[in-house]
Amino acid sequence: MSTQAPAPADRPGTSVGSRAPGDTRRGLTSFTQNRLFWPVAALVLLVVANTIKNPGFLGVRLQDGNLFGATINILRNGAPLLLVALGMTLVIATRGIDLSVGAVVAISGAVACSFIASSPDPTSVTTVLVAVGIALTLSFVLGVWNGFLVSVLGIQPIIATLVLMTAGRGIAMLITNGQITTVNSPPFKTIGSGFFLGLPVAILIAGGVFALVAVLTRRTALGMLIESVGINPAASRLAGVKARNIVWTVYAVAALFAGLAGLMISSNVMAADANNAGLFIELDAILAVVIGGTSLAGGKFSLSGTLVGVFVIQTLTLTVTMLGISPSVTPLFKAIVVIAVCLMQAPVVRKKLAARRRRKASEAGTDSTSARTEVAA
Amino acid sequence: MTTPHDAPPVVEMTGISIEFPGVKALQAVDFTLRAGEVHALMGENGAGKSTLIKALTGVYSIDSGRIVVDGQEQEFSGPGQAQSAGISTVYQEVNLCENLSVAENIMLGHEPRRAGAIDWRATRRTAGELLTRLNLNIDPASSLSAHSLAVQQLVAICRAMVVDCKVLILDEPTSSLDADEVAQLFAVMRSLRDQGVAILFVSHFLEQIYEISDRMTVLRNGQLVGEYRTADLPRLELVSKMIGTSLEVLEELEEAPKRSVAERPDTAPLVQAVGLGRKGSVQPFDLDLYEGEVVGLAGLLGSGRTELARLLAGADRADSGLTRIAGALARLRTPRAAMQHGIAFSSEHRKAEGIIGDLTVRENIILGVQADRGWARRLPRKRADEIVDRYMTALDIRPANPDALIRNLSGGNQQKVLLARWLATAPRLLLLDEPTRGIDVGAKAEIQRLVAQLAADGMSVVFISAELEEVLRLSHRIAVMRDREKIAEVTNNENVTVSDLVELIASGGQHR
Repeated sequence: MSTQAPAPADRPGTSVGSRAPGDTRRGLTSFTQNRLFWPVAALVLLVVANTIKNPGFLGVRLQDGNLFGATINILRNGAPLLLVALGMTLVIATRGIDLSVGAVVAISGAVACSFIASSPDPTSVTTVLVAVGIALTLSFVLGVWNGFLVSVLGIQPIIATLVLMTAGRGIAMLITNGQITTVNSPPFKTIGSGFFLGLPVAILIAGGVFALVAVLTRRTALGMLIESVGINPAASRLAGVKARNIVWTVYAVAALFAGLAGLMISSNVMAADANNAGLFIELDAILAVVIGGTSLAGGKFSLSGTLVGVFVIQTLTLTVTMLGISPSVTPLFKAIVVIAVCLMQAPVVRKKLAARRRRKASEAGTDSTSARTEVAA
Repeated sequence: MTTPHDAPPVVEMTGISIEFPGVKALQAVDFTLRAGEVHALMGENGAGKSTLIKALTGVYSIDSGRIVVDGQEQEFSGPGQAQSAGISTVYQEVNLCENLSVAENIMLGHEPRRAGAIDWRATRRTAGELLTRLNLNIDPASSLSAHSLAVQQLVAICRAMVVDCKVLILDEPTSSLDADEVAQLFAVMRSLRDQGVAILFVSHFLEQIYEISDRMTVLRNGQLVGEYRTADLPRLELVSKMIGTSLEVLEELEEAPKRSVAERPDTAPLVQAVGLGRKGSVQPFDLDLYEGEVVGLAGLLGSGRTELARLLAGADRADSGLTRIAGALARLRTPRAAMQHGIAFSSEHRKAEGIIGDLTVRENIILGVQADRGWARRLPRKRADEIVDRYMTALDIRPANPDALIRNLSGGNQQKVLLARWLATAPRLLLLDEPTRGIDVGAKAEIQRLVAQLAADGMSVVFISAELEEVLRLSHRIAVMRDREKIAEVTNNENVTVSDLVELIASGGQHR
């Protein structure tokens, strides 16, 4: 986030919470300058492409009182990734990174499925609730471990979380005895593929968590303190911010969300696959965060950006499938979108574009108001 | 120098204008730099000094005007082009690689090669020759981190000499050097000047300007005030040209924070440090701080004055001694703990330990209060606006836009925002480490006046500054530091002079 056009209106994360009302910049320039512009443009482009190929793409139909359709699928399949990416956004905002979320997804699913499979009454709601409780508690504890390594011992985040990333799938294998543990439990199935009030439960859970995080970070001072720690940890500490606790908390929260995602993923297939559940989800989550405009250098973060990032990745995955291309090629398309969006957000490119606009504007004899905002030092 | 008037101009800038949205940073400024002179660029923060330098070094492209370097008209569109035209810059913050050797730092990017590989022997030899040329006795093979900031600065200058340098720009090179180091730097500058290099020098220290410069160009509000020979322009006149006020007003400003030697209040001390110390940082010291009193810490850079303040602020943890606050034992293990006892600490490192660059002025001001309240109890918007408005007006923070990012503000205004952050927490003890370093005369006087006012209102203030005059002018009591030890305590009165303090520092005081 080191571009030179940092007027408050450009701040990511403005969707929730009040921001400076005094900003008067309007018009197309400020619209395209918005950090969310290019990710949203990519998303719209994907949707349009899909609609051309398949005119019914945006259609949503009601069946047995429940909603179905391609868009609903995108939302539902994207729910676990959104959960993981939300946690990742907070971690990245503190200058960190969490590589272990995929492993936590596997562990959480393994614990829940093993508990349900070995319980005398796998179909009872109580069993499922206990299983969910155990899985989430364990995920949270794993996050506390990550946070301890990073915030107390001061180990670099990438190394600290690499420990659990490597060990985590082994732990999951131990829990499942190396087998793919299948369960048959309708209440558990509800988490991943059930419906409530016509909407998939997974969407409701992910939406609820998103709203919760948004309120917690933007309606309280948590967001500002996280950003402050991410931008300048030393200065934040001297200003009295509990930097260590904040960093510790975000890792715990990231793992908790990953655990929830793990429940969703295993519930979707009614099985715990220690090897493949949530494989590479940490990378997708990091991509979603980056596409959403949150800098890996920490500091300002955008939850709505992350949301858009998740949608872009999910829509892309679906598009590739719908076009009849082998899903194994999907990563290539992801790479293309990522590089395109990142290029459009790169300070160098933005500066070049701004310079071109300025030249055009001055040729037209008008005053460009949004180019250089840097005050003479 | 003989007659710098007659020396051929190396750089001629005419009619330079640069405009940012809403700000005319430079308006038709002329600037001439001649070979073999030290030319000081003078002006307050925001006068356009940095912009002019950035125009000359190709960082900014100019909107109108001409830049002629060595007889050739130039249109720089990047720092690389300016460098190849023979213009080198050494910035305030040393940007070298601490983990590389001195030789590697000097030669980085210009290493002699043999058969495609770097010829390390030649690299070290060339670096050694350059160091010798500047009369510097530094081992080229030693690691840069082993050297003091001053030596690193000299290495940075040496690095600038690798390319055939005609113009050397030194932007605030002395702001963190002590007197000896400044002398060393000046020796190097003089030797370069005598070799025909044109040196452009920016500093806030008037003494240094008068010591080293041959000529100066004064800017104000992006406009040229004039070019003068240093010998022809008395200090006070220079300052009045810089800030655009008449001499009389200025004299008044200088006198305003006249030292106010008050009787020590007849109460118990607010903060009492007994045998407080930390190994390798500062020797155990005793210090009593009273309400309504300014205690100055005098000492050279590295004398332990900052370390002393950091212990009181909880920024570093003491490993011996204890602190009493209002008579009760207090454990100052973290800055937050100190804050809850009403102790605020403004670090000398404004960028690294003060501002949160990517946050707005508003957020930077309320950060301290908010941190104190915890994340859950967000400062209500209305209350935050009140605080921000109050301090932005009281401290005259510019631009008066609370939504501006703090990193876009000038140094003096950033300092004021930090002061606002601390004042908003309503501290009982305010520890100010170099609050006036690197800021312009006007802002400096304002901050000095503010410190005097805060003490008069009953706050206890610890004031640290490398400028002894400033310490003397503001403090009721002065603790003298040397070699990480508090060596003396002086009650200030009209008879105490700067040379008394210097003598104390030099002699080592009366050891207890």
